[in-house]
Amino acid sequence: MSLTLVQVIVSGLLLGAVYALFSSGLTLIWGMMNVVNFAHGDFVMLGMYSAVMVWTALGGGPFAAVPVAAMMIATLGVASYFLLVRHIMRGPMLAQILGTFGLALFLRYAAFWYFGANFKTLPDTLVGGSFSLGGIRFEGSRVLAGVMGLAITLALHLILTRTAVGSRMLAVSEDATAAQLMGIRPQRMQALAWAMAGAATGIAGALIANFFYTSPTVGETLAIIAFVTVSFGGFGSVLGALVAGLIIGVVESVSAYAIGPVYKDVVVYVLFVLVLWFRPQGLMGKA
Amino acid sequence: MMRWLIAGVLALLVLAYPLLVDGLPVYQRLGALVLLAAIGASAWNIVGGYAGQVSVGHAVFFGFGAYAAVVVYTHLEWPPIAGAPIGMALSVLVAAVIGVPTLRLSGHYFSMATIAVGELVRVLSSTSEFLGGAQGLGGPAMPRSVFDLSFISAAPFYYIFLAVLVGLLGLTWWIEGSRMGFYLRAIKDSERAARSLGVSSGKYKLYAYMLSGAFTSLAGSLYLCMFGFVDPESGFGILISVKLVVMAALGGAGQLFGPLVGALILVPLEELSNSLLGGQGAGLTFVVYGAIILIIARFLPSGLLSLLERRKVRRAD
Repeated sequence: MSLTLVQVIVSGLLLGAVYALFSSGLTLIWGMMNVVNFAHGDFVMLGMYSAVMVWTALGGGPFAAVPVAAMMIATLGVASYFLLVRHIMRGPMLAQILGTFGLALFLRYAAFWYFGANFKTLPDTLVGGSFSLGGIRFEGSRVLAGVMGLAITLALHLILTRTAVGSRMLAVSEDATAAQLMGIRPQRMQALAWAMAGAATGIAGALIANFFYTSPTVGETLAIIAFVTVSFGGFGSVLGALVAGLIIGVVESVSAYAIGPVYKDVVVYVLFVLVLWFRPQGLMGKA
Repeated sequence: MMRWLIAGVLALLVLAYPLLVDGLPVYQRLGALVLLAAIGASAWNIVGGYAGQVSVGHAVFFGFGAYAAVVVYTHLEWPPIAGAPIGMALSVLVAAVIGVPTLRLSGHYFSMATIAVGELVRVLSSTSEFLGGAQGLGGPAMPRSVFDLSFISAAPFYYIFLAVLVGLLGLTWWIEGSRMGFYLRAIKDSERAARSLGVSSGKYKLYAYMLSGAFTSLAGSLYLCMFGFVDPESGFGILISVKLVVMAALGGAGQLFGPLVGALILVPLEELSNSLLGGQGAGLTFVVYGAIILIIARFLPSGLLSLLERRKVRRAD
């Protein structure tokens, strides 16, 4: 394998880990309460603005921005749950699309009104520039985002599958009434899911802001990637989102290199439809 | 009796609207835009509302219609409206190609697959030389004959759109009462139950999808005739797909007049927001726009028309 191809695959993996991180919140909500959050991309967008604000107001780097963004978006998630989602989750699927799309427009244009339409970028130097290892060039900001993405997605997966609180959340997602009879409070678990999803999403935003432009409408682009990643991996499966994210990241960067940057999305979408043809429930979803 | 009287007065008002606001071109235009949006959302309603298959990729058909109309002008110098039947025929074919693999998917998976297909088509259209690439294509700059449908006033468009909408709603009403209408509602309630009773759900879902695609394409062609321009974002953009869903859901999906009610509310709001966007408080009106959608979803999850249903129930008690 040529060195260039290795470079391409490595950057694809790093990108894929970030995709996995900002999709894991979406898949958690989806699996927990069968709600598609059409405002998910705008949650990421606000996470990115949190990082921009931490930099412009305090001069802080990612280690200050990550906890701030996590807390802000977790709060936003819990607020959305209690004020909106709780009331529409038992309604028809269309009510969920309507409600969360309304929320998306609300957040997007609130950002537009407050921050303006201009693109904002964080300085390259904020996360140690770039370095070279064995002939492969790494950009500090992308390595940080990729490694943290991988770590947090795995942590989320372990919390859901290996801890008592994870089992309780799983019980609520399978049968809320039965869980309630066992002494679990469904609303508390669902609010917790929104807090965890929000925190993961906020962290993803704060990390992406280091190498991607921040604008009020950036969420639309990111939401589509998240939707594809989540259904590719299977709704509700964090591990599925991780595997799908990595596959999509690598496929994107290899096809951008081999065919041309314009066609990278085309390859991903075709692959996605093919996967659903053979596995209608996604890679790791339950049938 | 009372019902017929109200319906008659409403019909007269709808017919006379452009004359009532004569001399106020902004309002004539607004009326035409509401009707155009209602055509698109009513077309979506056939598969999304009645059959319950929530497509979030209907911009594919809208874009096919708009591009078919502009392409017959650019490459053949025909009047754009001549592209409408071509776009509709193509959309039926495209619906079959997209529908066969995606309609097997259930619930959210179907919606997500249609989003992906929509984005796929958008990206491909922006790389196509034939379709004018990312810049898009424009229709005739100067009208050559009346068939180019280049009117200065929006009133003629209003009546053209009204005729199409009435035809589409008539067709939908006929389907509602037909065997197919019952099949579609059965599929929406429980596909498994419908199939166990012998409904070929795959076939009827596909029919609904193709019919819906054809009329969404017609909406696209009409859009091009009025605006004279289309690019990948305004033809195939995901926002078009989402707006069709939101309008139908806001009024009441799976109900004859639901999409029209949704369009009556959303289009004026959006036009107002757009006209204010340049000035001070840019974006604030869209914040209100989002909040209104959000609040309706929160308190009336089945759409605005469910208010009338509630009244009916109360009266029956």
